[in-house]
Amino acid sequence: MLGFAIRRILMLVPVFLAVSVIIFLMIHLLPGDPIDNLLKIGAGPEQRAALTAKYGLDRPLYEQYALWLGNVLQGDFGTAIVQRRPVASLIGQALPYSLALGGLALVMSTVLGVTVGVIAASAKGSWLDQGLMGGVLFGSMLPNFWIGLLLILIFSVSLGWTPVSGARGWESLILPVVTIGLGGTALVARVTRVAMIDAQSRDFVMLLHAKGVHPVVIQLRHVLRHALIPVVTILALRIGWILGGAVTVEVVFARPGLGSLLIKSLNQHDYPVVQASLLILAMAVLLGTLLGDLLQAAMDPRIRDGLK
Amino acid sequence: MLLEVKDLSLSIGILRLLDRVSFAVDRGQVLGLVGESGSGKSLTALALTGLVRRIGGVVTGGVILFDGQDLAGLPEPALRRLRGKRIAFITQNPMSALDALKTIGDQVDQVARLHLGLSRRAARARTVEILTRLRIPDAAQVARAYPHQLSGGMKQRVVIAMALAADAELIIADEPTTALDVTVQAQIVMILADLVRQRQIGLILITHDMGVVAQICDLVCVLYAGRVAESGPVETLFAAPRHPYSAALIGCIPREGMAPGALKGIPGGVPSAAAYGDACCRFAERCPRADALCRRTRPPERIEGGMTVACHHPLPLLSAAPEVAR
Repeated sequence: MLGFAIRRILMLVPVFLAVSVIIFLMIHLLPGDPIDNLLKIGAGPEQRAALTAKYGLDRPLYEQYALWLGNVLQGDFGTAIVQRRPVASLIGQALPYSLALGGLALVMSTVLGVTVGVIAASAKGSWLDQGLMGGVLFGSMLPNFWIGLLLILIFSVSLGWTPVSGARGWESLILPVVTIGLGGTALVARVTRVAMIDAQSRDFVMLLHAKGVHPVVIQLRHVLRHALIPVVTILALRIGWILGGAVTVEVVFARPGLGSLLIKSLNQHDYPVVQASLLILAMAVLLGTLLGDLLQAAMDPRIRDGLK
Repeated sequence: MLLEVKDLSLSIGILRLLDRVSFAVDRGQVLGLVGESGSGKSLTALALTGLVRRIGGVVTGGVILFDGQDLAGLPEPALRRLRGKRIAFITQNPMSALDALKTIGDQVDQVARLHLGLSRRAARARTVEILTRLRIPDAAQVARAYPHQLSGGMKQRVVIAMALAADAELIIADEPTTALDVTVQAQIVMILADLVRQRQIGLILITHDMGVVAQICDLVCVLYAGRVAESGPVETLFAAPRHPYSAALIGCIPREGMAPGALKGIPGGVPSAAAYGDACCRFAERCPRADALCRRTRPPERIEGGMTVACHHPLPLLSAAPEVAR
């Protein structure tokens, strides 16, 4: 297991480097110039040149890249050009909000999605299964921001139970978490159900029945373990998405977060912030995949032995 | 009598898959349930402990007397308490019969913990003891291994260990050797035969291998298309099969000194369940002795010389038919 983990972690290094190059180049290929946002109206070419030199934007690209990567590896993401603050502090401010929102939404979609999937698979073909899967399908068709607005309308405006927007106190987390969590729940429920039904039909299940094991124990201790392996893969892929992809929900609820920071910085061509945010999100995806692989290996001895 | 099945009929949906099947097996006996694929052997095995309900099977008639109690009408929870405890099951394919994510030990322990109420530690000690008795080397280490780390023959021994873990009185083995190498097949068959003798277990051995039947069975029940063709003591059947189908099955066993090309198959195939006729002999289409009577009347069961045979024109009693070599 330890050897497996070390191999997987080492494999991340080249991927991380490739991702950093791509992010760096993509930003510099974008049209537009951050200096435009900083210059006062009527400023002359001398002022432009001075500012460009100040931020190192006049140097060759590979030099800029090497400088940037070297600093990043030491935890220094540079200074935001437009927002004029250390990038690390901007991200440090936004990240906890994203982590709380994304983490709770992930927990919600895992717990609820797996539960719904197990119930539906156990009652396969019944009205309960069809009802649950119909609800899940309906839920996954609705766009995030619309669910958010609907929830605000019901729980904040009509019932007055939760704050309409903002990020103060745990109450303000409820609706955004539910909004994002519902989409994940639908996905996890569907994957769990299919994986459960697949595992239920395998030979070892009949032998468990022949051993006199209670059907509930068979479902939860044996079949579910097999079904969770594909579910873990899906969840791992969602980690990155949930951190950065919550932009619409952050806008609807007027919450700070990594997604909002990224969009704002993109609009302002604030390179250092965009680069750092993208890098953090890419890291989240990579770490999510790593976590998924490690969890799978922890769950399946065949993967640990390199057979699958 | 340990197990007595009388006139067992079973349907899945509109298909009537078993039609008045009867047989019996006592402690210390091995009953061979034989027939080609599709004859209803595995279904019969699943029907005995109600497992057939999991694939939609419904017992429509007959009784399954186990130690005097009729299992056919027993509710699921009562059957579940019997399964694995008094009646154990050995499945066809050991490769896929074990849970790939659990250790061998956990899976064998499960039976004793569930049915005998043993603690984790006591169950493991018992598991290691049983595995050792089944001649598995380093049993304690094997108990910590996962199924994919064992060979097919080892896995089948593990499945047999599960059958022994709660001291079952009846073991139903559904083609326990078909998925294994020939060399390993013989070992598994000998293990089962020894268990029956030592522990006075009743064993129902489902197989299409007449060689195995001749080796270890005391009784044999030949199934064809969901009906019993012939049943009785194995020596009598091999000495003088009365049903043309039994004779044909025996004719399919390769023997020493056989002339090249002398090995015969049985022409045609088992009819599909949807095409089962009711008022006829279902073997008539493939039978050299069939006539018009066979095609319009179900053959009655005759009991003669210790054998039960369902045939209008059985082969002669106590003298081998010309096509069956002695």
